[in-house]
Amino acid sequence: MTVHTVAPHRAARAARRRGLALGLLAWLAGLAFFLPVAWMVLTSLHSESDAATNPPSLGAGLTLDAYREFFDSAAGTGPWPALINSFTASTFSTLFVLLLALPAAYALSIRRVRKWTDVLFFFLSTKMLPAVAGLLPIYLIAKNSGMLDNIWLLVILYTSMNLPIAVWMMQSFLADIPVSIIEAAQIDGARLPSILARVVAPVAGPGLAATALICFIFSWNEMLFARVLTGVTAQTAPVFLTSFITSQGLFLAKVCAASVVISLPVLAAGFAAQDKLVQGLSLGAVK
Amino acid sequence: MAYRGNRRSRHTAQAVAAAGAAAALLAACSGAGGTASSGGGETVNVLMVNNPQMIELQKLTADHFTKETGIKVNFTVLPENDVRDKISQDFSNQAGQYDVATISNFEIPFFAKNRWLHPLDSYVAKDKAFDQGDILAPMRESLTAEDGKLYGQPFYGESSFLMYRKDVFAEKGLKMSDSPTWQQVADLAAKADGAKPGMKGICLRGQPGWGEVIAPLTTVVNTFGGTWFTKDWQARLTAPEFKKATKFYVDLVRRHGEAGAAQSGYAECLNNLAQGKVAMWYDATAAAGSLESAKSPVKDRIGYVQAPVDKTPSSGWLYTWAWGVQKASKHPDNAWKFISWASSKKYEALVGEKIGWENVPAGKRASTYGNADYRKAAAAFHEVTKRSITGADPRNPGVQPRPTIGIQFVDIPEFSDLGTKVSQEISAAIAGRQSVDQALNKSQALAEKVAKEYRGR
Amino acid sequence: MSAPTTVRPDRTGPPAPAPSSRAKWRRARAWATRAPLLPALVFLIAVTQLPFVATLVISLFDWNALYPDERRFTGLSNYTSVATDPQLRDSVGTTAVLTASTVLVSLLLGLGLALLLDRAFIGRGLVRTMLIAPFLLVPVAAALLWKHALYNPEYGLFNGGLSWTADLVGIDRPPQPDWISSMPLIAVEAALVWQWTPFMMLILLAGLQSRPLEMVEAARLDGAGTWQIFRYLTLPHLRRYLELGVLLGSIYIVQNFDAVFTITSGGLGTANLPYTIYQTFYQAHEYGQASAAGVLVVIGSIVLATFALRVVSSLFRQEVSRA
Repeated sequence: MTVHTVAPHRAARAARRRGLALGLLAWLAGLAFFLPVAWMVLTSLHSESDAATNPPSLGAGLTLDAYREFFDSAAGTGPWPALINSFTASTFSTLFVLLLALPAAYALSIRRVRKWTDVLFFFLSTKMLPAVAGLLPIYLIAKNSGMLDNIWLLVILYTSMNLPIAVWMMQSFLADIPVSIIEAAQIDGARLPSILARVVAPVAGPGLAATALICFIFSWNEMLFARVLTGVTAQTAPVFLTSFITSQGLFLAKVCAASVVISLPVLAAGFAAQDKLVQGLSLGAVK
Repeated sequence: MAYRGNRRSRHTAQAVAAAGAAAALLAACSGAGGTASSGGGETVNVLMVNNPQMIELQKLTADHFTKETGIKVNFTVLPENDVRDKISQDFSNQAGQYDVATISNFEIPFFAKNRWLHPLDSYVAKDKAFDQGDILAPMRESLTAEDGKLYGQPFYGESSFLMYRKDVFAEKGLKMSDSPTWQQVADLAAKADGAKPGMKGICLRGQPGWGEVIAPLTTVVNTFGGTWFTKDWQARLTAPEFKKATKFYVDLVRRHGEAGAAQSGYAECLNNLAQGKVAMWYDATAAAGSLESAKSPVKDRIGYVQAPVDKTPSSGWLYTWAWGVQKASKHPDNAWKFISWASSKKYEALVGEKIGWENVPAGKRASTYGNADYRKAAAAFHEVTKRSITGADPRNPGVQPRPTIGIQFVDIPEFSDLGTKVSQEISAAIAGRQSVDQALNKSQALAEKVAKEYRGR
Repeated sequence: MSAPTTVRPDRTGPPAPAPSSRAKWRRARAWATRAPLLPALVFLIAVTQLPFVATLVISLFDWNALYPDERRFTGLSNYTSVATDPQLRDSVGTTAVLTASTVLVSLLLGLGLALLLDRAFIGRGLVRTMLIAPFLLVPVAAALLWKHALYNPEYGLFNGGLSWTADLVGIDRPPQPDWISSMPLIAVEAALVWQWTPFMMLILLAGLQSRPLEMVEAARLDGAGTWQIFRYLTLPHLRRYLELGVLLGSIYIVQNFDAVFTITSGGLGTANLPYTIYQTFYQAHEYGQASAAGVLVVIGSIVLATFALRVVSSLFRQEVSRA
């Protein structure tokens, strides 16, 4: 927000100086928050022995050794199966979340069921249950139904994990849609799925994108269930990452390289869609 | 009006259909999953700790074992604390996700008692080339359960000993005895502290975890005359000997120990010694292979002596990462083929040739110590290692009779929980957040709770 | 919502139907309204509530996985031993402190950053990109980064930076604190604050950008100072966004497991509830006790959440009034 008023000369200069100072402060804050990430990237490009010096060797030669070792498939399968698993789990769970949440949000915002706030509260309350308390029964159920070490089990769990937040976010986006548009579509004889697809989705587009991104991020990051429920074939990327903390001697550069690679998809998506994120995160608070 | 109502019921039908489709989708997913996980063909699933020896095994498997036998090995490799959780979960539920796992002489007795493991006697009897007689006696004994059957094969075995920087000691005019006492070690640590800029006297584990700080600490307790439990299950964590030993350990590491001691485990200490941050380190004999490997910056500069003592003649622990086959395994024959290869003399020779003889997973076979190549590469440490392993007495590690087998642990299932909780108290004492007395008083209450259960049994 | 007569259409309320077909019509209409909700509801109940029922059942058994032959029904005795367990009590306190302080600090920092970013300056987009990076890092990776690359007393960046600065100004023996040991809970909190501040910032930034500018302008013309505008216009407008940040932040940070597990292994008084329950499952293998603890925590969370959402928060209140 800039000052549009016609102010005396001195006041304008003071305001400009203040603006400059605040801009500088913002830059400093940004750099401070980014420093650990930059340090991680720099460390990942150092050799193991340069990574573990004090004071830090900033100017040490750069090498891709750590990345080479991370992608080295001589020791087993390499990271690709884990990355693909993470990708499968995150993409499909996000897809299912959207498929389930959109109609539900419709029923909670456009054509509301009675006591819709209670329903909304119920959705959100499942998010407050400690996930760890459900770990054992889910493990036992998975074991008895042969679903252990199966990426689709994670898809289902991640769907339920993100569904409440998605319903909540989306109901607030849909509540923004003018009722008249929907009524017009109804009078034209459109049915629910086509109303959702043709009328609701385009208007709530940015919100949907933000919801999808948030769901994707949380699924990609999940570790507790992945650690307990997967094994040989369904291991996800975060679990794979922990196997790099070895007693094999220095591991800092390797862990940093692995962290960079594993965070990259989320970083890229997040950077690309940050405007959507800002809009989307206004969720229930809009209005 | 009728027109409206009509349209609404069409809505219902639509939504019900959508719900049905979602349910069908879920069912399809679960169906697909059921078949995907069962797999097929000749495979073995192996769950193991990510120690260097295991990583090397992982690298050598495809080109050698799979090439020879056609059996594909799927490895899951995790850090020690994680792997223990995962193993006990998979084995206790007999989920059968893994055919083989690295378990230790701690778990074997009660895993076997709970019928979670496949006995290996018949395989050993048929597999003459494996040469079971070559396996060191303390290893064989600690992998045999109460029923007299064999339930594990060692991949490597270890005891504990003291490592020190020969060059630093020579520079400072310090002398290390071949069988040092803990008091001597404490004095040496004080003198070596600061011998080089940033160098501390000694590295001792302080990280929480029953397999971390508790292991070296318990050997100190043993040799100071203390014990966790008496023969008739009385917890003795606040007894004078236990207290004295713990105070000694905590004081030593606080005064002359590594930086960040409360988070330092085996891996961190290995780093510290290799990077010249400490002058001494008391830990597993298996560390020597890493310290003497070609890549190590301290190769040929480390001296190795037996574990420091106080009241007992020796104090080293006994530990082995061994292969156990899950009872629920669908491929026990393939599992044995893998074990028979990984624990064989042939595999040791393969490591010697491909990676270096000092990296051989040793400490399990008598023949290893007769091998000229190994003796040459491991000249600095092989003798003291073998002496430590064969000298360890897991049935009688202290000055008093014990209720269970085990040197650096009490061999009851509850110990992993008890040890972990006590380790968190000790670790807090090492961090200076509470006194040793406070830590031990809380620990005694926890131990007494376990002891009470056993007195009732 | 079982009785069809309770249907009260709100947004698209049709004119009252003819009395003759009323009941039938209402029933059909009620189901039509509910139908889109059902797939999500049924799915969520199946996946989150059924396991909870199983947890409830298991909590009534003396079941230690290490003694498979001794599993038996014990009624409520698990609950008494859990309720009297000092470790669990401690972890309740730890969880409360960890969550409250992390949420509060990251909310305040996030507010400051959002205010800074709400002004035009050179490179604003780049600064925002840098600021959200921590939130986009995989939490395990972030925890590993803080533990090994930043806090490590030997070669971590913090101590490295200290000795580097000391070198520059000519101090011989720079302080090399052992960050995690000397301040374990703060160490965990700092890592979490670093990750969650960007999240808070994004929410509040959205709030700031939805602020009606005319009102601010009008207030300024009336001679209101920056602080007055912030205090009487911006802050009330941000209230719902702040509450939203607190709500979502609490939901996720209460459940935090990765940071505690990775940075301190639950030692030094940092074991929070998820970690303690995990430990009861996976180290003690006390399935019954762990389930009982889980049930108690669930009840506690629901009571707290109901209180927070229903009584304190305006998020639900206002939506009700909107309906």
